Amino acid sequence: MNPHIPAQIFMSVAAAFAVFGALGAAFSKNPIRGAMGLLVLILSIAVMFLSLHAEFLAFIQLIVYAGAIVVLFLFVIMLLGPSATSPADKRGLLVRAFGGSLFALSAVGLIYLCANALWKTPIEVPAASETFGNVNSFGEELFSKAVVPFELSSALLMVAVIGAIAVARGRQPEDDAQGRAIAESKES
Amino acid sequence: MGTDLPLFLYVALSAILFTIGGVGFMVRRNVLFSLLSIEVLLNAVNLSLVAFNRLRPQNHTGHVLTFFVIAAEAAEVAVGLAIVISLYRLKRTVRVDEADLLRN
Repeated sequence: MNPHIPAQIFMSVAAAFAVFGALGAAFSKNPIRGAMGLLVLILSIAVMFLSLHAEFLAFIQLIVYAGAIVVLFLFVIMLLGPSATSPADKRGLLVRAFGGSLFALSAVGLIYLCANALWKTPIEVPAASETFGNVNSFGEELFSKAVVPFELSSALLMVAVIGAIAVARGRQPEDDAQGRAIAESKES
Repeated sequence: MGTDLPLFLYVALSAILFTIGGVGFMVRRNVLFSLLSIEVLLNAVNLSLVAFNRLRPQNHTGHVLTFFVIAAEAAEVAVGLAIVISLYRLKRTVRVDEADLLRN
């Protein structure tokens, strides 16, 4: 029996879950369902990372996405409460549908062209070494070739946290004249 | 792992996910769904980066780039959701087309 057939079945199931999750994340009515769809997508992408020998990235995917980003989304959705679901609105639907279908059409055309080219020339995937994608070799490359971007990304995260606090705290009405003006326009 | 890994399927799946995310970003008006669609887009990009890195197993360039994409995305989500909360406190809405504070 071909030992790769179970892997391909596994991969196909994960791909189906990924598409299902992406559709849920982008097109469901309720934001909670959207966040759950994103969770399904993230888990299936982590499975794909495992099958591509990217073990460390699969764990990072689970920890950062499923553990932090989806939870952050859920916090905000719960903070907004029922108003997180905006009612259906037909204004500008035609324009939006036109833009969306234009994007989808060009994407389908591109996928078709690439698929045509790829089917004709099958790509030989080289066998990966034992250490490919594990924490040791990944970390060695990260800290030898990409030290500066790594340190800069820590600065980016720091700035993002401070900025998030500053933005979410918002402008209080008593802070300045503009804040008072916005508060008054809200009341009227 | 074998050498007959269906790399083509990974790239095709990545393209399909990118299309779904892009259409969702354009069509939806709820800002939460815009952010969720951006997540779908970035996940599609990550998948294709890792899949192409599998073709060159002697280095980890795609993996490192994916790592930085994940870091940037965490920052983007934190700031984006803070803006959503700020918008909601000012305008009591989460719809993108009602965020017009800079118009006048």
